[in-house]
Amino acid sequence: MSTTEIAGKTVEIDADGHLVNMNDWDENLASEIAKLEGISRLTERHWLVINFMRQVFKEKGDAPSIRRLTKESGVPTKELYELFPMGPAKKAAKIAGLPKPKGCI
Amino acid sequence: MKKLVILGAGTAGTMMLNKLSNVLDFNEWQITIVDQFETHYYQPGFLFIPFGIYTRKDVIKPKRDFFPIGINVIMSEIDVIEPDKNRVILMSKVVLSYDYLIIATGAKIKPEETEGLKDKLWFKNIFDFYTIEGACALATFLKIWKGGKLVIDISEMPIKCPVAPLEFAFLADWYFTEKGIRDKVDIQFVTPLSGAFTKPRASAVLGDFLTKKNISLTTDFSIARVENETKEIVSWDENKIPFDLLVTIPTNMGDESIARSGMGDEFNFIPTDKSSLRSLNFENIFGIGDATDLPSSKAGSVAHFQADILTENFLAAVENRDMTAKFDGHANCFIESGFGKGILIDFNYDTEPLPGKFPLPGIGPFSLLEETKMNHYGKLMFRWTYWNFLLKGLELPIESNMSMAGKRL
Repeated sequence: MSTTEIAGKTVEIDADGHLVNMNDWDENLASEIAKLEGISRLTERHWLVINFMRQVFKEKGDAPSIRRLTKESGVPTKELYELFPMGPAKKAAKIAGLPKPKGCI
Repeated sequence: MKKLVILGAGTAGTMMLNKLSNVLDFNEWQITIVDQFETHYYQPGFLFIPFGIYTRKDVIKPKRDFFPIGINVIMSEIDVIEPDKNRVILMSKVVLSYDYLIIATGAKIKPEETEGLKDKLWFKNIFDFYTIEGACALATFLKIWKGGKLVIDISEMPIKCPVAPLEFAFLADWYFTEKGIRDKVDIQFVTPLSGAFTKPRASAVLGDFLTKKNISLTTDFSIARVENETKEIVSWDENKIPFDLLVTIPTNMGDESIARSGMGDEFNFIPTDKSSLRSLNFENIFGIGDATDLPSSKAGSVAHFQADILTENFLAAVENRDMTAKFDGHANCFIESGFGKGILIDFNYDTEPLPGKFPLPGIGPFSLLEETKMNHYGKLMFRWTYWNFLLKGLELPIESNMSMAGKRL
């Protein structure tokens, strides 16, 4: 674990670069993390996914699978990969200030 | 009379049936088990069938051979569970009421979930080895195959026995070497995960094995569809991998009856308390084995450790005591690595696979996270143990909770 400064805020991050404390998260921070991940601007569709991920995490203690994201957020899998290239589950979790999804076993 | 209904007579259901039949008083309890198939398959044996090591007859026995006397057996498909009415409706229209329900309906492959997978090339150039039909068809294909691009692809996590695809890759390397055509076969292992396996330390070790065996690894590849004309698998972000032979591990899902009952998650798995094994939504329903949504491996060894915990907690629940037994996610897997050797891993929810000796600290005879001949014999011996001890609910000399003794940090 280490600390870093993102969007003028000092935050703790884990070995994978995910926020340690999801309460450090705010929308500015999300936009900055997104930029570091190569997404220059977060659109309404991005926010839909990000907010859904945070909501599921609060309920279940783990980020949702792609299957659940598709089924319940209403964003098709294809679009998820366009919004968050190279692994939407992991990338969206990072931007949403959540730990890396356990993805199970 | 109190009624216990167990849904599913696979590994987990059969073990629970035997364990509880030993301890529940038949004067007070009526126990019923429901399953739609008469044949029990030793699923770990499916891996060996494509390579001609086992055949169909090595992995089957009648389910009824493992049922104790004095219980009811109903052979029918399940239509729907009505948890609010404490009853199960079967496809045969029989209505079963229960006081307690144990759901052990397992998981199965769903190739239909991926576009183009179960299409023109299915069982021609595309095979699974998670069903008896797939494993046997693949055995026939491999006997005459002259070589080409072999792609082993995992569609989506979670899957049953997450080490099996790696074992398949290792055995394929051995099989084609023995046949003298290894130089004509390009083996590619393709996974949606970021490494060869789910747990970091084991992933590094197993990844090295892939390299050593000249098997290429493609990570972070989530299959969207199969192009049957051009023989390619295509990811959601439009990366393409051509194949001559595709060995697929399709999406795994729970039974459709769970979906019909509105009791499952997006994979039809039952939301279950990861420590007590009780349903998160119903006090008199328990889940075990592959049917649950637990973040533990979907494997027979795991169901076996769960069965010990669930037996204790079930008895506590029916006697209105606190459920004190806690499942820790313990899994123990022999990984066949080819050329008569194997690797053994032992882990739980919190501790990833570590090197060491097992089950006797410092002695073994098995070595953890290392490739040895003894581990391979352990894997072969396990079939005998499975039929003669495990399914019958008899004690094995392994603790249900994982032990750190003998492990090196």
